[in-house]
Amino acid sequence: RLILSHLSLQAPQWISEQGRSRGAIISQYCNRTMQLRRRRQSRPSIQHFPRSARPSIRGYGVETDAAGFEEEENKRDRLVNNLQNLSDSDRVRMLRAMPLSLSEKKEMLVLNKAEHSVSQNQIPCCSQLKYYIIIALRHGWYGWLSFLSSLQLWQTALKCVGGRFGTGVLSYFIFLRTLLFFNVFLFLVTGLLLVVPQAITHPDQDQNITVRSSWGLEVLTGAGYFSHSLLYYGYYNNQTLQTGHSCSASGNGTSCSSGLSYNMPLVYFFTIGAAFFITCIILVYSMSKSFGQSFRIDKSKGLLAIKVFSSWDFKVIKKSSVRLQRANIGTQLKELVAEVNRQEQKFPVLQRLFRLFIHMLAWIMCLGSTLACVLAVYYFSEHMHGAASSDPLLKEASLLAVPVVVSSINLLLPGFFNVVAWMEKYDSPSMLNYISISRNLLLKVSVLGVLCYHWLGRVATDPQSLGLECWESFVGQELYRFLLMDFIFMLLDTFFGEFLVFSQKALKRKRKPVFDIARNVLELIYGQTLAWLGVLFSPLLPAVQIIKLLFLFYMKKVSLKMNCQASGKPWRACQMTTIFITLLCFPAFLGATVCVTYTMWSITPSAGCGPFRGLKNMFQAGKRWVHRLAAVNPDLHWLASAHSYLVENPLFLFLCAGIFLIMIYFHSQVVDGQRKIIELLQEQIENVRRESCEYVTVSSSYV
Amino acid sequence: MGGTSSKLPKDLLSEYQELTFLTKQEILLAHKIFSELQGGENGPYSSRVSMQKILTLPELKANPFRKRLCHVFSTSDMKDGSLNFEDFLDLLSAFSDTATLEIKSHYAFRIFDFDDDGTLDARDLEKLVNCLTGETDDTRLTAEEMRQLISNILEESDIDKDGTVNLSEFQHVISRSPDFVSSFKIVL
Repeated sequence: RLILSHLSLQAPQWISEQGRSRGAIISQYCNRTMQLRRRRQSRPSIQHFPRSARPSIRGYGVETDAAGFEEEENKRDRLVNNLQNLSDSDRVRMLRAMPLSLSEKKEMLVLNKAEHSVSQNQIPCCSQLKYYIIIALRHGWYGWLSFLSSLQLWQTALKCVGGRFGTGVLSYFIFLRTLLFFNVFLFLVTGLLLVVPQAITHPDQDQNITVRSSWGLEVLTGAGYFSHSLLYYGYYNNQTLQTGHSCSASGNGTSCSSGLSYNMPLVYFFTIGAAFFITCIILVYSMSKSFGQSFRIDKSKGLLAIKVFSSWDFKVIKKSSVRLQRANIGTQLKELVAEVNRQEQKFPVLQRLFRLFIHMLAWIMCLGSTLACVLAVYYFSEHMHGAASSDPLLKEASLLAVPVVVSSINLLLPGFFNVVAWMEKYDSPSMLNYISISRNLLLKVSVLGVLCYHWLGRVATDPQSLGLECWESFVGQELYRFLLMDFIFMLLDTFFGEFLVFSQKALKRKRKPVFDIARNVLELIYGQTLAWLGVLFSPLLPAVQIIKLLFLFYMKKVSLKMNCQASGKPWRACQMTTIFITLLCFPAFLGATVCVTYTMWSITPSAGCGPFRGLKNMFQAGKRWVHRLAAVNPDLHWLASAHSYLVENPLFLFLCAGIFLIMIYFHSQVVDGQRKIIELLQEQIENVRRESCEYVTVSSSYV
Repeated sequence: MGGTSSKLPKDLLSEYQELTFLTKQEILLAHKIFSELQGGENGPYSSRVSMQKILTLPELKANPFRKRLCHVFSTSDMKDGSLNFEDFLDLLSAFSDTATLEIKSHYAFRIFDFDDDGTLDARDLEKLVNCLTGETDDTRLTAEEMRQLISNILEESDIDKDGTVNLSEFQHVISRSPDFVSSFKIVL
């Protein structure tokens, strides 16, 4: 027995010498296909377990390819046999995942098909038909996948960027593309369901006012000619639209009464609700997928090995970038080796206190400047709305004042934060990254918060004080102006910060500027939040956002190529992408949803314009429809009562939230348990190794 | 480069689609590029392109692991690193977007195994680190740093403490790195 165990120890040694030999791969996949078959058939068969001397690892699919060539042939036949008995999709997946060369896989497929066609003649005709249908479906599915992948927007451009700047900068452009798709979706939904029907039918007759501004500021302010157009909420009808007009011109008169009816308030309400709901689902899904890819249970150990094995970015193809990447990796490895091996340095207490003091000072400066800017925006917006000017040009231009101030704050303050962070000293560059992202985020969230308060708390509740008939259109215009100013300031920033040649000479810098990924992504998230806030008040705002994103892509790409160089700091692309998607979902989308829900639930719509005029709040549109349905059709009264109990009752929502939290807690406990299992398994491996060493010494003493 | 652009027959195309992680567009593009490398000869499926020609591709030209890539994916009997079309597809499939972590880590292991003995020992790791950091003196690690680095790596990843990193240990380390899949990609 001891000699047997000694031999069995030789076998793993031999395998590791051959590496992942072909035989080992084949036998491993033989076992896998066997397991898959068993799982599909739910019938265990013990004789297929490979022979191994150690009883504890029997049945775990350990390959013991100790025999010679003949056994390999047998194994291959067994593998082909197993593959045959799997379903088509399983077989394809298994074949693809096998790390063998393509020619060998083709041989196996040929053998497979040969066996298959032999037995095919014996299949009755209906199964044959099913077989052909499945083949046709599979071809159709491949065709659909190819079509989807050919639709990939900007594939070559992204490849160029990735080839020169690496995965970090590439993730910014991929994020931009994702946002573009969200906006295209929103635009299609609102365009088809709201804009097109309203554009086809005639507008309300009492809204026939056109205010012409002769100064051409309309594109910037969104007012003037645009204020009574499809762009804003105020244009939309509150009646049920009928296509009676087109009917009367042709056809007989009797069929006109049954023209297409389109309940505009209801559709407006449900469209916005459905668009937000679907966006929420897509966001949460992509967030969880990204989180799953980047979350690792055991993050603290194995940093050096991970760095060495997985840090080379194969996407980088430009020679200078490759040289830069090599230099970066060299520096990072040196730093990591020094860090891992340095003795625990005990800083003197005074130095530690000093560093803490510097950190606190930096935070106070940042928070203080944020608070100052927020208060400035608050009072300035109040002042601007109070001030009345006689000169029409000045009046139009004053509409632009608050957006300009906010955009310049968004531009200048992050630079100030960078300067403040420069005076602090951080232990790791990733810590610095997180801190700067959180400061920037705090700034943007507070500015958006104060603006939402200004619009929903001041303008919406008291529109007469500002002389507005239609506050929703006004808010829509404001959001349009903010979006546009944000874009213009980004243009200026790119131009002055990256393009201008003399900036290099002026600051006597030898190096080109580095593309600040975090700051640019946060700008994108800010713009997208504005677009989401504005969809309710301006259904065509996603179109503006689409145009803006398209311009931004090409501008940033050109600026990058001409002016920037790749960064010297490490950038964990996977983790940062997860963080950005999470930021897009949590503060941005959630905030926009809360504002829109608040608007729909508690604010009175204006009495003179829009699809919800005359109602107490926008939510009533849905409620009235449900009640009307129930009144018309008595069988549906349960719908009305369900509506009043479930949707209007806050208890139901609390219950949902509670269940959600319990699920999250449960999952976090599962992850904790898995972490413990990993530690136990590692201990077990250590013990096995120690035992086998003892066996070797004991058995050699016998020999 | 003759005008004879031999087209890929449909059944082969669908077979390649089934057996690799590449889409139809990617396979056709690979075919076009491979035919250009061959100089327009007929019958691309079995004839081989030498390593020097493969290394003229812009995606591989500057890569420090380019020679290892050719050696790993080559099925040539002469072990000269020449690739035929199917080897080329294998390469692209392993580096494609949808390839599984297992395939990528398997091939990464073989690429880093410079002496092809099935394990990563200290010599392999040293060559790997030198490939990563480059040849210039200021980026290279000193002998002391190299020794320290290798012993750290072995300490972290060698679970059975035999002084080498085998495939399972390598895959275990890789599974803890979320950036591996996104960095182990080549796009034509």
